[in-house]
Amino acid sequence: MHPCIISAEHPRNEAEEQSKPMSPVKYIERTRETYDKLGYPPYRWFQAESAPAFTPVTKPLAESRLGMISTAGTYLQGQVAYYYKDDTSIRAIPKDAPTDKIRFSHITENYLVEARQDTGTVFPLQSLSRLEEEGFIGELANEYYSCMGGIYSQNRVVQELIPNLEAVILKQDLDLLLLVPL
Amino acid sequence: MGSALDILEAGRPPRAQFLNFPLGFEAGPYQDKAGQLDVMRQGLTGFETFTEPGIKPLPHSWDAGWQRVKNRERSVQSDDTRSPRNTEPQYQTDEDRQLAEENS
Repeated sequence: MHPCIISAEHPRNEAEEQSKPMSPVKYIERTRETYDKLGYPPYRWFQAESAPAFTPVTKPLAESRLGMISTAGTYLQGQVAYYYKDDTSIRAIPKDAPTDKIRFSHITENYLVEARQDTGTVFPLQSLSRLEEEGFIGELANEYYSCMGGIYSQNRVVQELIPNLEAVILKQDLDLLLLVPL
Repeated sequence: MGSALDILEAGRPPRAQFLNFPLGFEAGPYQDKAGQLDVMRQGLTGFETFTEPGIKPLPHSWDAGWQRVKNRERSVQSDDTRSPRNTEPQYQTDEDRQLAEENS
């Protein structure tokens, strides 16, 4: 999750812009600087305290069933859009949904200018379908799931959002799950 | 998949592929279907190559220039680029709102 990302993400000066390859942007540091500049208390980023669980993959990708979660506030035209104050609801997006009906509502919507013109920049529906057609992926889930990743309350993420997603994902009989954050 | 390396590191995911692109392009470059397909193809190989938890970089580099990203941020008047926090659905278009309300 990216609960809060503010301030410019691009290189701060021409020298940085011209350096290749570009160093990864330090979002946490920049958010801290921006909060300080605005007079806000420091933002508390999520910090995992334990090592991640690691489940070995037992089947080739070409024989696996894959699902996807998008945190870009993706919704399908006709569905209710997300709101921006700790919305912990989720949406199901059919894998064969027409791309011109894909929409986004996310608190950092300034990052979605291009995605609203070309949804494939954050929601890889067409890419995944193509890879399934090629046989690169064995099978795709019938539906993908989305949420609005800009939730400030870590408690609500743990107590509401994750259980909401877990309940539907576990019914999909997946081998693999891809997370594409905004 | 992810394009904010420090945030990925803080979350300690079991397997993550880092794409060093600006936010908003986590699934590939703008109006470049071949590029998006390659990002996803290479990203998904991580399911077969990771033998332990970690974050690996994808080979793609952002060569589209930063002007597009700068332009979209110039449209924001404040240093705080977040939208106001509210509890009303924020539809992308008025037509979306009408269709959703008809369905409810």
